[in-house]
This record gives sequence, structure tokens and C-alpha cells, in this order.
Amino acid sequence: MNERRELPDEGARRARFARRALAGFAIMLALVLAVAGRFVYLQVHEHAEYSTRAKANRVRLRHLPPPRGLIFDREGKLLADNIPAFRLDVIPDKVKHMDALLERLAMVVPLTDDDIRRFKQSLKQHRSFEPVPLKFRLTESERDRFAVDQWQFPGVSIDPYLTRNYPYGAEFAHVVGYVGRIDEKEQAKLDPDRYAGTTHIGKTGLEKQYENLLHGTPGYELVEVNADQRPLRVLQRVPAKPGRNLYLTIDERLQRATIAAFAGQTGAAVAIDPRNGNVLAMVTVPSFDPNLFVNGISQADYTALLDDPDKPLLNRAMRGGYPPGSIVKPFLGLGGLEMGLRKPDDTVLSTGTFYIPGVARGYRDDQRYGAGRVNLMQAITQSVNTYFYSLALQMGIQRLDQWMAKFGFGSPTGIDLPDETGGVLPSPEWKRKTFKQPWYPGETVISGIGQGYWMVTPLQMAHALASLAGDGKSFTPHLLAATSDGLEDPETPYPQAPPKQITHDPADVAAVVQGMLGVVNSPSGTAYKAGIGQGFPYLIAGKTGTAERYSRTSEAYNTNKNLAYLAERHRAWFICFAPADHPQIAIAVVLEQGAWGGTAAAPIARKMLDQWLADTPPSERPPINTAATQSAVAAPATP
Amino acid sequence: MNELVASFGGRARRIAQRIFSRPRIDVPLAAGLFVLALIGLTVLYSASNLNTSMVIGQATRFLVGAALLLAVSRIPPSLLRAWTPWFYLLSCVLLVVLMVLGEGRGADRWLDLGVIRFQPSELMKLAMPMMIAWYLHPRPLPPRWRDIAAVGILTGIPALLIGRQPDLGTALLVLASGLFVLFLAGLQWWKIGAMLAALAGAAPVAWHYMHDYQRERVLTFLHPENDPLGTGWHIIQSMIAVGSGGIVGKGFNQGTQSKLEFLPEHTTDFIFAVLGEEFGLIGVLVLLALYVFIVGRCLWIAANARDTWSRLVAGAFGLAFMVYVIVNGGMISGLLPVVGVPLPLVSYGGTSAITLLTGFGVVMSIHAHRKWTP
Repeated sequence: MNERRELPDEGARRARFARRALAGFAIMLALVLAVAGRFVYLQVHEHAEYSTRAKANRVRLRHLPPPRGLIFDREGKLLADNIPAFRLDVIPDKVKHMDALLERLAMVVPLTDDDIRRFKQSLKQHRSFEPVPLKFRLTESERDRFAVDQWQFPGVSIDPYLTRNYPYGAEFAHVVGYVGRIDEKEQAKLDPDRYAGTTHIGKTGLEKQYENLLHGTPGYELVEVNADQRPLRVLQRVPAKPGRNLYLTIDERLQRATIAAFAGQTGAAVAIDPRNGNVLAMVTVPSFDPNLFVNGISQADYTALLDDPDKPLLNRAMRGGYPPGSIVKPFLGLGGLEMGLRKPDDTVLSTGTFYIPGVARGYRDDQRYGAGRVNLMQAITQSVNTYFYSLALQMGIQRLDQWMAKFGFGSPTGIDLPDETGGVLPSPEWKRKTFKQPWYPGETVISGIGQGYWMVTPLQMAHALASLAGDGKSFTPHLLAATSDGLEDPETPYPQAPPKQITHDPADVAAVVQGMLGVVNSPSGTAYKAGIGQGFPYLIAGKTGTAERYSRTSEAYNTNKNLAYLAERHRAWFICFAPADHPQIAIAVVLEQGAWGGTAAAPIARKMLDQWLADTPPSERPPINTAATQSAVAAPATP
Repeated sequence: MNELVASFGGRARRIAQRIFSRPRIDVPLAAGLFVLALIGLTVLYSASNLNTSMVIGQATRFLVGAALLLAVSRIPPSLLRAWTPWFYLLSCVLLVVLMVLGEGRGADRWLDLGVIRFQPSELMKLAMPMMIAWYLHPRPLPPRWRDIAAVGILTGIPALLIGRQPDLGTALLVLASGLFVLFLAGLQWWKIGAMLAALAGAAPVAWHYMHDYQRERVLTFLHPENDPLGTGWHIIQSMIAVGSGGIVGKGFNQGTQSKLEFLPEHTTDFIFAVLGEEFGLIGVLVLLALYVFIVGRCLWIAANARDTWSRLVAGAFGLAFMVYVIVNGGMISGLLPVVGVPLPLVSYGGTSAITLLTGFGVVMSIHAHRKWTP
């Protein structure tokens, strides 16, 4: 076999190669002749036809960018709109001396340094025969002045376009986001045909997340032009197909009421429907006006936003990491039940200080001499640290982490918004990776009350609470409910991921909820004094949290009751859901500076609940269960 | 220099003498390339609307390419062959780097080295035939199935990397340049038939993995009137340019299609249409004849080469070069889909010109050393 393959001598090899080379050459020659034949056909046979077409080629193609899809809240309020405006376009090919032209043009239409810098940047991105936008949103007087002097500026024109407008301004800046001019990096990644003639693209928020849905398909116009390329008439027009409209789960009324409830305090709040993961409100205060960014924010405005000590550009709801404090207690308690470490009636003695066996350092309760013997319900209602210190120690950090991770702590929730952060769920592995240090048992103990390295975002907190309130069914939170082709077209529901079941026994959840009912409704509850349950037709289940912003310097009890002093030191949390027996809304509120969760953050949640009630038509409200209300309030009596 | 040369002994000295001796280029091939470059610059001058800086830029690239050609032509083929795996590996690494930097998603074909930007996929057009020839030259020929499989892997990986950029046209051409080596190595005709059949069978799979816009391009080619907006517009305007040129053309700088900007990409992929419009059928046939001459000379050099590697490299490089011409010509005349393949040494663009001239340097080296054994 091998002899037949290995040719005997070099001469035969060369001869065989020569035959092959000749065959290859022949094939190539045939193909070249085919191409040449095609040219003969085009240039001889079809010459007359194409000659006429070339002479008649007064037809130019003009791209029509598609109008961007609109964004509505759940009630059909328009959150992102397109409004007509005019811009100044320059066709680079038609301009001999660009700098001189810009200088003369600036005398007619004021041009800022920002305008010129951006224009020069986009010059590089466009082909020389395409119009490049120089200045957006011309005022009427600018248009008039240019119209008078237009003859002086060949290649410069005023063109109408649609610009993005956010009627609610700062209210939805962190959710809807904003569009901005396409930059060089984005340009390189876009399909040039699909983005022909388009100048803007979603930069943040839903505008970025659903860019593909919102963008649409460009159309075109065949325009007859004269020898100077001036358009004479439109021969054919294929309209652009607008982007899809988005219908959100968010409710503008609830969003607005929430912002109002913050009354200028810094913080964030998120409300989620536990039945489906719909985000009903997502608030970050303070915020900023997204309209500033649409046509390029001025350097001065941008610096002002960056330098603002309240950081209005920070999306606190999904990027702000805060120590959760006591609001993790219901979740830990539920874990204790699910793992069989505790029964609801098992009690733990709280004496004011908790000691790990054999360790001298103690861990404090909030009440100086302790709360005495408390069961799970009482421990949640009165936020008794010792109960959870001992439970955390018994559970061990591994199980604690695995359990809490099920509720989404330590990782992004997967909401349909870009750039969400996942907070920190501390674990021995995490600590080793981050600080290259071992884990200490004391850190397990303080993890039990949400202190230590633990960081959560308000969105994570609302998501975790919604999962608990919905009997352990965890939905991925989302803002997009449906899309539609046009205003007259039917809405298509946007597909959502199915929920994950994370608890096993509804009785366990019910036991924890009893404790949370006590927080709001029992006189010993930490939120009772704020009176947030009063006058509300449904039962509210909640939990307060007050996390320290700075680590304590001494073990002494803080006797300074000055609220302003405390507010400066504390982060106040309140989480709640209602109606407790048929949960329809789960809320997480955090105040960056709040004295106590019960007094500072809980009233904000109550205002949100009031708004939710007002927004829910009676036909959609669950029945009011008076008997349950009374028994719940009576249940967590002090032992 | 002479001391340096003298300091080597024996074989090394003979190699050094070769490298530093008077260049021995193949005059017919060099003349063909020179004329081609001149035609390229002339058409570019008109296509760019008499933009001298573009022409000077392109001429500079030709000079760089010519310098590389002369340098490479002095290196004995045995050395070039020894370097081949490293060259191939480097090209692969650059493609991977590009994929990582481009996050594997965007249409990133360019590597920015600060001073220059170049396309690693162009490098691969040269590295591929050299590598496949390197693989096949010590093995019994015609290639066995397992050698074919190895060649399939060696060509397939870079082709996939380039296809992901996404640059379908170049991916197919790189694939083809590797397969030409197999063909020249004497692969039996029935095996060629079997492979073509397998390729035809794989077409639906490829279709499945194509980007939407790439599918659109293929469909547009079949029905250009359906998409007068994008590539359909390109084809129609290109055919009008060519057809209206007639037999003698409209004359230098007189092409209305390119001057009035109906013709897109008229300095790069569609520059052939500018030539067709301004110099007519005569211009087109002269250019095609020149290409045929250059390729014919390459194959002649290949047939006279001393060793298998040299034969395969020179032959495959020549055939691939011709394919670029055929694909570009077919594309601008509406015979083939628009796949973004430049016209060799005529289209504006740096990496392509420099790599091609370097490739001709390899061919020249094979010619200059055909009667020499180190």
C-alpha cells in the first residue's frame, strides 16, 4: 500500500505536482473567464440599458431611522416619549474647510465646545457622504437665523428628527434610564444597516436593557435629486417600522407617593408583588433629570451631578449595598424551622448578653437586661438578638449561607435592568478570597443579626421578602410586563421565568409571619409605636432593622437618645407585606440616615401601602379577615 | 557585514551569504506586481475623488510591502519552512486575542497596536497555506484520510475564529487557501468529490450558525430587488456602474456612479466597479489578464521548485490569490453575494496589501533558491 503512495522518485513527484498545478490553473482560468463573461454581458450586451440607468440615476437613497418604542407604566402613563425637534446636520463631503465653516456657523447658531468636540468625534464614525449631526434641539430663533443665512453654508442643513423625552424626569431616571448619542465603541458593535440614520441608543436602565425591542427597523426613501444633489421629490417610500412599545409592571402613582414619602431623605424603596415578581415601585432618592443626558449633558451639569454629596447618579435601589441588620431575622428563623433546629414554641433565654461557650467576649441584646424567655414569634416581634445569635451558631455558617443564598442574598436578583450588584453574603470562602483571612465563630454569631460584612441592596431585600410572603415561591423580579407593535395593536405578555420553590412547609412560613405580624400589631412589637397598622383595613406583617453605619467603639449602651445623632449613625430599614393572609405587595425601605427602622422607615412603607390600597380597585382586593386581625394582634402576648 | 558573514562556519555561512547577497527576484513576477500596484494607485486616485493623501498612504504601504518582499525573498525556503508553525501559531494567538478583546460579540476585525492597526485574519491568509504545506511535506502523498482530518482541524480552527468576528468571506477564503494545498498535494479526485459532497451537506448547519444579517445577505443576493436599502442597493449600483462603462469606459475620473456617490465603498471592496465604469471592458480585461499572468507565473515557479513544501506553498498561494480576484469580481458584477473581499493590491487597505506582498516574497524566495541546497 505504502509503495503505491510513496512515489519512487522526485521526478515523478514533480510531474504529478505539475499536472495538479495545471489542473488548478485551468479551473481558475475557467472561473476568470466566467467573470470576464459576466463583464462582457454587462458592458456590451446590457450597456445601453445600464447607460440609461446611470444617466437617470438621479435617485438617491435616504435612510429613515425608526421611531423608538414608547414606554408606559402599568396604567398606560407615558414614561418615555418621542417629541419632534430640529437639528443641524453637516455633510462632510460638501465642506472644503471644516474648521472655517464651523467658525462662521458659530456666528449664526451658537456652538459650544461640547458640540464641536462631539461633532468631530462623530465625523470619524460616519461615511463622508452621510449627514453628521452637529447640534441637536435647535431653538426656533436658531432655526430662523440659520434659514436666512443658509445659502452661505453648502452641505449644512436643518433636519427634523424625533428626540427622546422623559415627562416624569427624575421620578423614573433610575428605572427607565436614558438614551444618548451612539459613541465610537457602540458604533463598532452595531449592525450598520439596522442603525442606519440612527443617532441615539439606550445607555442605562430599561432603555439599555430592551434596546433590541425598542429600536425598530429603519425604512428608506428613494429621492430624486438634481445634478447638484438637491432633493426634488420622493419617488418611493418604505416607512420605518417603529420599535416595540413597552408596558411596565411599575405604577407611577405608587412611585410618586413613595418619593413624596421620603420627603427629601436619602434612601431607596422597592415594592414587589409576591404573586408574580412584578416590580410595583423602585425608588432611589435623590435622583436626577434624565432629559439632561439625551442630547449630551454639558460638562458643568455633569460635574454638578458627580460632585453632589448625595450621589443622585447612584441607583441605590439595586446598586446601593447596606448592612441589613435585624431584617434578616425572619429569614434565619424560617431556616431554623426548615432545618429542624427549632420548633416554633422552643424558647431561648435572653439575659442581655450572649456568650459563645468558652469565649469571654459577649454579644449584646438591644434590651439591657434581656427579654427573658422568648419563642420564635416573640423573638421576631421584639427583635431579640440572643435568639438569633444562638440559632446562627447552631446552624453554622455553611448552612446559614446556603439558606440565605436561596432567598437571593449575595447575588443579583436578575431583574431586567443592567448593572445590578449582588451585595455581599459573607462566608468563609468569601472572606478567604476577599481578605485572605480565616472565619471566626463570632462572625457567624453577628451574621445571625445581619451585621458584620453582610451587605444587601433594597431590591434584594424586597425580592427576598416577596419570596417569603409568597409561601416560599421565588419569582425573578421584573419590570417589563408586555410589549406591543403599536398603540392600536394588542399587548403581548413578556415571558417570565417560572418561580422556584424555596421552602417546604407552609406551616413554617406561617409561624414566621406570626412574628412579623407582632412587629406591627403587638404592643411589644418594634414598629408598634409608629402606629403603622392603625386604620389600615388589612393585616401588615413587617420587620424593622437598624444597622450601624460605623462599627461600635465601645460596648457601652448608648444612652444618647438624640434622634439627629442616632440618625447620623444608623441606617434604618423596614420591610413589610400586606395583606398578611393574601400578600399582594412586599416592600423594602431603607433610609441612609434614620434613627430607628420602626419610627423612621416604617411610616414611608405605610404611605406606600395607603397608595397601593387607593390604586387597587375594590374588585381586585382580597377579603378583609377581621377575626384573623384580632387573633394576630392578641397572639404575641409577653410570656 | 562581511566579518559577520565570515564568522559563521560551513552551512550557517552559506545561509548567511545567501541572505545578504544581491537580491534575485523573479523579474516577470515583480514586473507584474509593479504594474498592478500602479493600476491600483491610479484607480484609487479617481475613486477617492482625487484624494492625494489616501493615494500617498496606499503607496507607502506598497513600499513597506515591497521592502518586506525583498527581505523575505532572501531567506532560504528551508528557514521559512522551519518558522512556519510559529508564524501559524502567532496568527492563531492574534485571532484569539482579538476575540477576547472584542468580547467575542462585536464585529471586531482590527487589532490596534497604537502605531498601526491590522487585521490578523489577513495574516492567516498567508500563514494557512504555509502551515498546511508544512504539515503535508514530510508525509506520504497523496494525503491519507487521517492527514485530511488533521488538515481539516488546522484550517477549521482559524476559519471558525474568523467566522466569529464575524467575517464570513475571509473565513471561507482562509479555509479555501488551506484546502488548495490538499488539492495540489495530489488528493485523489474521488476524495475531492466526497469532501465537496460533505461540504454541501454541511451547508444547512452553517446556515443555522450564521448571523441574521449574514443570512439576509445571501438571500439579498438571490433577490436584490427585495432589499434596495442595504446590500441590494450595493449590487444594483455596482452593476449600473460596470454596465454603463461599456467597452471603452467613461474615462479617468469621469465615472458618475462613483463621483455622485451612488456606489458604496468605492475605494475598498467596490473599487473594481470604479475601474469598470471609467476604463470599460478593456480595462477590466487588462486587469484580469494581469492577474492571470501573475498567478500563472506563481504556478510556474511552484512547478520548478525543488521541494514539496515550496511547491505546495507557491502553488496554493497563487490559486488563493486568484480566488480573491474571482470572488471580488463576481461580487461587484452580481455573480456572487456581497461578502466584503477586497480586490488584491487595488482596494484601499493596509494589511491586505502588505501581507500579499510578503507572500510574494515567499514565492520569490522559492524561485531564487530553486537551484540551491544549503
